[in-house]
Amino acid sequence: MSTFKKPGFLAIELDGAGWDGADLARAVLAAESAGFHAATFTDAPVPARANALQRAAFAGPVTHTIALVPEVDTVYTEPFHVSTQLASLDYVSRGRAGWIATAADAPEAAAAVGRSAVTGAALGQEAAASIEVSRRLWDSWEDDAVIRDVATGRYIDVDKLHYVDFQTPAGFAGVGYSVKGPSIIPRPLQGQLPVLVPASLLGEVRADAVDAVLVSAPAAELLAAEVRDVRARVGASIAVIAELDVVLDARGQDAAARDASFDGGRAAFAGSAAGLTDFLADLLKEADGVRLHPASLFVDVEELGRLVLPELRRRGALRPVAQGGTFRDLLGLERPASRYATAAAAAPAGAGK
Amino acid sequence: MTQHTRAKSEIFTPSGQIQFGVFFQGVNSGTIWKAAESGSQTDFESFRRIAQTAERGLFAAFFLGEGLRLREHLGRPHALDVVGRPDAQTMLAALASVTKNIGLVATQNTTYNDPADLAHRLASLDLISGGRAAWNIVTTDNAWTGANFRRGGYLDHADRYKHAEAFVETAKRIWDSWETPDGPASRVLHQGQRYTVDVTPRLPRSAQYRPVLFQAGDSPEGRNFAARQADVIFSAHPKFDDAVDFRKDLVERSVAAGRGANAVQIMPASEFILAPTAAEAAEKKEWVRSLQIGPQQAIAYLEQFWGRELSTYDPDGPLPEIDPVVEETSETRGSGFHGAKARQLADQWRAEAKDKGLSIRQFVTSKTARIDSTFTGSYTAVADHLAEYARVGAVDGFNISPWLIPTGLDDIVNHLVPELQERGVYPTEYRGSTLREHLGLETPVRTADEAAAAVRA
Repeated sequence: MSTFKKPGFLAIELDGAGWDGADLARAVLAAESAGFHAATFTDAPVPARANALQRAAFAGPVTHTIALVPEVDTVYTEPFHVSTQLASLDYVSRGRAGWIATAADAPEAAAAVGRSAVTGAALGQEAAASIEVSRRLWDSWEDDAVIRDVATGRYIDVDKLHYVDFQTPAGFAGVGYSVKGPSIIPRPLQGQLPVLVPASLLGEVRADAVDAVLVSAPAAELLAAEVRDVRARVGASIAVIAELDVVLDARGQDAAARDASFDGGRAAFAGSAAGLTDFLADLLKEADGVRLHPASLFVDVEELGRLVLPELRRRGALRPVAQGGTFRDLLGLERPASRYATAAAAAPAGAGK
Repeated sequence: MTQHTRAKSEIFTPSGQIQFGVFFQGVNSGTIWKAAESGSQTDFESFRRIAQTAERGLFAAFFLGEGLRLREHLGRPHALDVVGRPDAQTMLAALASVTKNIGLVATQNTTYNDPADLAHRLASLDLISGGRAAWNIVTTDNAWTGANFRRGGYLDHADRYKHAEAFVETAKRIWDSWETPDGPASRVLHQGQRYTVDVTPRLPRSAQYRPVLFQAGDSPEGRNFAARQADVIFSAHPKFDDAVDFRKDLVERSVAAGRGANAVQIMPASEFILAPTAAEAAEKKEWVRSLQIGPQQAIAYLEQFWGRELSTYDPDGPLPEIDPVVEETSETRGSGFHGAKARQLADQWRAEAKDKGLSIRQFVTSKTARIDSTFTGSYTAVADHLAEYARVGAVDGFNISPWLIPTGLDDIVNHLVPELQERGVYPTEYRGSTLREHLGLETPVRTADEAAAAVRA
C-alpha cells in the first residue's frame, strides 16, 4: 500500500489496432472494461497505421470513462490545425482528451512536407512553440463567450474572444512563424487539455508548460530511479508516468516463449501476472502513472484485465475510474480559467487593431 | 460494365434519381439560433442527432464546412451569427463510430495543408469509416487567413487552381501508391512551386479505393477544375432552369476533359421549408426569415457595404441616406463577399428598396435569404417538383442546409423522403457500404494500371 502519495493510474498504448473501425472499437472497449484509466495512440510513421488523432476521435463516442490521448507531432504540423483538432477531440470525447506532444526527428517526416530536417535542440523549441500556440488558442474564447442574447441579437460576446498574437521567440532555431487567432472552435470542455511530453523534450519545453512527463529507462530495474530523477526536476505538480513494455505468460505460453519484439529504448517486463502486479505496485509508489505497451494488444489486455488490474485495485494502488470525469480530473488538475478572462490589459479581439 | 459505358459516353444519361446530403454547419445567418428549439452548435450530441437522422433518411453524405479564420465585421469578430465549429475530420472520425452507411465529407483547404499530411489523414478517415470519406476541395488566396498559419497564405488569385490541382494530383498518387491491398507502397515525389513532397505512403486503399472528391468552385476555372478532378460538384445553382444550364455546361467541360458526360455529379446547395400544406409552409417561411435576419443582422449587413456604423438607423425604416465612407466595400472578411463600388451600390440599393417599398430589414432579407436555393411548399408539391429534376437529370441530388439544429432534417426525412420514394426517384436502401457505391460512382482506375493497360492494348 502506498504511503505518501495518492493511488496511481494506468494507461495502455493501443498500437495494434491500426485502422479498421471494428478493431479500434474492440481494442478501446477492451481497455476500458479492463479498468485502464487512459488509452494512448501512437502516431509513429509505420505502415498500416491510421492517423492517431482520428483513431482517438473514433473511440470517443463509444467509450465513457477512459481518457483518449493521441500523439500529435509538433514539428511538421500546423499548430493552428493541431489546436483545433485536439479541441475537437475534447468535444467528441466529452472532456476525456489529452495530447502527447511529440517532435518528429526522422528525415522522412521533413521530406514528406518539403521542409529541412529539424534536429537537436530545435526539436524541443518546435514542441514548446506548438504547445504554447495550442494553449493560447484554447483560451482565446472565454468559457462564456457564446451568449445567445436574443435581445441584442448577439450570438457571441466579442469582448470574450481574443487574438493570441503568438510569435516564435528570438533565438528560435527553425523557420519562425506567427499565429493570429482567435480559435475557430469554442474553448475545449476541459478548458485546457492535459499535455504530456516525453522527458527527452524537457529543457526546451519548460516543465510548467506541460501536465505530465513520460519517463523511459533502458531496463525495468532502472525505471523507479529514473522516475525519481525526473520528479526531482519537474516538481510534485507535474505527473510522472513510467513507460513499460509488457509481455505476460498467457494462453498457456511463458512470456519468454511469446514472440515479443519491442522497439527498444523502453524498460520491459516479461513474466507472470503476479510478478507484474508486484512490480507495478512498487513502481506506482514512485510514479503517478504507468503506461503499458503490450506485446500483443488483445492477448495482453485480456490478461491484464483479468489478473493484474483487479489485484492492484484490491491493494489500493489504483485510483478509481470516475464516471463522467475528465482527463484533468484523473490527473488531479483543476479546470483553469482562461488566461484572457481576468487580464483586462489583454486586448479583446479587434480592439485597437 | 454498364456503369463503365455510361461514364465514358459523350451523351449525358439522367439517372432518374436524386439523393440528399446535409451540410452542417453554416457559419452565416441561415442557421437560426434564436428559436426555443435551437440546440447547441458545439455539443457532440447535435452532430450525432443530425448525422443519424440523415442516415435514417438514406442521405448519401454528411458534410462539414471549414473556415480557418473567424469572420470579421468592422474589424472585430462578427457577433450576430452562429460561429465556432470543430475540425471537420476529427468530428467525422467520431461520427464514423456512431453511423454505418452515410458518407462523411470534410471540407479541407489546399492552401493551408501539406499534400502528404492531408492525403494521409483523409486516407485514415476513409479506412476508419469503412470507405465512406470524401474531401470537399477548397482553396483560399488571402494573407488574412494565412495569419493563422506557419506558411502564411498569400496566393495569387489566378494561381489558386493551379496549386490546388497539383495538390489534388499528388494526393491521388499517394492514394494510388499501394500496388495491391497488401502493399508495398511506391514512393511519391512531387516538386512544385508551392509544394515539395517525398513520401512513401503508409496506408492501403480503402473499401471505396480512395476518398470521393467534391468541389465547389463556380468560376470558369473552378468548373474546369471540377470537370478534370472531381467526382461531385457542390453547385450554387439549384433553381430548375439554372440547374439544367449548369448541367449542360458541366457535361461539355467534362467531355472536353476526356472523362465522359456522366463523370461528374451535381449537388446544389439548398434549403427546404416544408409543411403539410402550401399555406402552412408560407407561414413557416415568414417565421424562418424573421429569425434568420433579425434587426441587428439587417443593419450589420448594410454596415459592411457602407463601411461605417449604422446602428442609429431604424431597421424597419428606409435605407440610410448617408453615403458609404469607402470607395470599395470592405466585405465581411471571410464571408466570401467581394468588393464593389460602394457609392454606386448604395444608390442602386436605395432606388431598388424605394421602388419595391422595402424597409432595411425587408431589403436585406431579400438580398441574403437563400431565395434561389429555397424549396418552400407542401411535402407533395415539393416532391413533385424534385421528381422533375430527377426526370431530366438537372441534378444528382441536393445538399441541404438545415436552418434549425438539431431537428432541422426531421420533416425532410419523415415526410419528403417517403413522398420521393413513392415517386420512384429516391433510394429505398443504401446501395452498398461505401460512399462511392451510394453515389453510383465508378471505382477509379489506378494511374499505373491505366498506363499498363494502354501498353497492353
